Amino acid sequence: MNRVRTLGPLLALLAACAFFAVQSSRFLTGENISLIVQQVMVVGVLAIGQSLVILTAGIDLSCGMVMALGGVVMSLLATRAGCSPAVAIAGGVGVTTVAGFVNGLLITRIKLPPFIVTLGTMNIAFALTQLVSKSQSITDLPPLLTVLGDTVRVGRTPIAYGAVAMLLLYALAWWLLRETAGGRHVYAVGNAPEAARLSGIATTRVLLTVYVLAGACYGVAALLGIARTGVGDPQAGQTENLDTVTAVVLGGTSLFGGRGVILGSLVGALIVGVFRNGLTLMGVSSIWQILVTGVLVILSVAVDRSSGGSR
Amino acid sequence: MLLPPRASRPSRAAVRPLVLLPIALLLGACGTPADRRPVIGLITKTETNPFFVKLKEGAETAATAKGAILRSGAGRNDGDNAGQVSALENQVAAGARAILISASDAKAIVPAIRKARGAGVLVIALDSPTDPMDATDAFFGTDNFKAGELIGAYAKARLGDTPAKIVMIDLVPGNPTGAQRHNGFLSGFGLASLDRSHNDLATPPEVVCSGDGIGDQSKAQTVMENCLQQHPEANVVYTVNEPSGAGAWNALQKAGRASGVVLVSIDGGCRGVQDVADGKIAATAQQYPLRMAELGVEAAMQFITTGAKPSGFQDTGVALVAVTPAAGVTSLSTTEGAQRCWGTK
Repeated sequence: MNRVRTLGPLLALLAACAFFAVQSSRFLTGENISLIVQQVMVVGVLAIGQSLVILTAGIDLSCGMVMALGGVVMSLLATRAGCSPAVAIAGGVGVTTVAGFVNGLLITRIKLPPFIVTLGTMNIAFALTQLVSKSQSITDLPPLLTVLGDTVRVGRTPIAYGAVAMLLLYALAWWLLRETAGGRHVYAVGNAPEAARLSGIATTRVLLTVYVLAGACYGVAALLGIARTGVGDPQAGQTENLDTVTAVVLGGTSLFGGRGVILGSLVGALIVGVFRNGLTLMGVSSIWQILVTGVLVILSVAVDRSSGGSR
Repeated sequence: MLLPPRASRPSRAAVRPLVLLPIALLLGACGTPADRRPVIGLITKTETNPFFVKLKEGAETAATAKGAILRSGAGRNDGDNAGQVSALENQVAAGARAILISASDAKAIVPAIRKARGAGVLVIALDSPTDPMDATDAFFGTDNFKAGELIGAYAKARLGDTPAKIVMIDLVPGNPTGAQRHNGFLSGFGLASLDRSHNDLATPPEVVCSGDGIGDQSKAQTVMENCLQQHPEANVVYTVNEPSGAGAWNALQKAGRASGVVLVSIDGGCRGVQDVADGKIAATAQQYPLRMAELGVEAAMQFITTGAKPSGFQDTGVALVAVTPAAGVTSLSTTEGAQRCWGTK
């Protein structure tokens, strides 16, 4: 059944691609595929953080709002505060990383459930975003903040720098989880926290590190979001928390923790993107994409349950 | 995917009596002289949308000028009906004699409004009508169908005799404002459309692609990108509001189609007018939240002092803002538009 977990999502993605390739001659072009990747890059990078958290049997509801906060902070630093763009980006990523650290502290030290902690920080991050930005979009950003949205042509296919950044981040996360002791500990903590602790793993530190790294991912996602739209948007991130959970679950990672391959989350995000794009090419209402996503989410969890994911 | 991001909480209605009782007792025991000024309530969709920030500003100024107190409330996000119902109930409890409301959910708010009117409160819909419209005493707002017609006629005049290939970026399914703008645009363009009473979206063959951007810049950008993949030949783009317009422009620019496409929008916010001045949006239909607020407060005071109620629909005006005027369509310049815009200039 473990093979179903890893290969199932990939097969679903390929089947969807094959279907849309038959339906529209414009689907399977380099340009269109590149576009789909650009459209999922924000959710994709957020989903790296979400995957880490879910692998520890946690959940992070704050990711979208924390991203919006980071985006607004970096835009404001670069424009109104007059910081150099590099400092502004570092400031924004710093804010999201601190938000992750706060999540981690509350979860590990005060032992509050992740659902509750991140529900709280989600609201706090939303309010801070509105207060800091006065609910106004921030425009006229320096080029360095939007460079990840630019594309370079490889043959006739435009490749966005942001998409490359996302793929590199996935490769890094995959390697860390697979090849390093810390990465294996993430799985161990998610699988059986008590057993992990007894076997000498510093579970608290593993959890804290996971939330801090997740926060850093949200900062990168904030930069990607700005690069895509060209503005610091205080209304960003409002549906992204559930969108990332959708991507992670579609990618075959168990919501019960300890099982899953991080690359699956990328596949999960791509599945949503492929349906949204393909159905538009076919001229079908995007409401159907939402319906299909719902069905696929239930299917994924059903597969997870039947493969022993529930306890 | 359209679920509100914030989870629900225990019903406020259930908790309210427990909280209000001791507070009421405490207040009753105090001897501070009551403020005799009449109370007018204002309920907006959110506290943060610049449009409603302007509406509230206007209502506060008007209420102070007329010797009334304005109590304002809002939902947490667009679509939060429960939050608006609580705000409405609280304002009635606070003694508001008249309430101005921009309903987030045109239908779901109706029972709460009926209850308030039953208690003798005047209720006026501002900006967004309720469904049915006569659930409120009156509706003061933009004629959204007309707003659509203006940009439709403008786009047609700019396009001339070239066959139209239209992309439409809409709001959400079933929204009356979105439907009136959409159908108004098509009617102004001279295409087969539905009349203003419909909440369905007309799709004549000239509309080659459409999608819902829920008024959000990045989602509208995604819709436009996908539409351009299938229909790179599109030459007219309708967007339901200016953030959607900005998103569509991003997509057009990235696809190398920044010129040769007539992109039109609706709202008249300061950023949108700036986008018109910058040549991103060809024309926008500007609406006037300050005017809505002033008229609303005026009618509320009229009711409080004389008991006379307003009724029906009062158009608060809409005007086209464009850099390049088109034959047969009157428009304001972007300088004039910027003087009357809302949000941060």
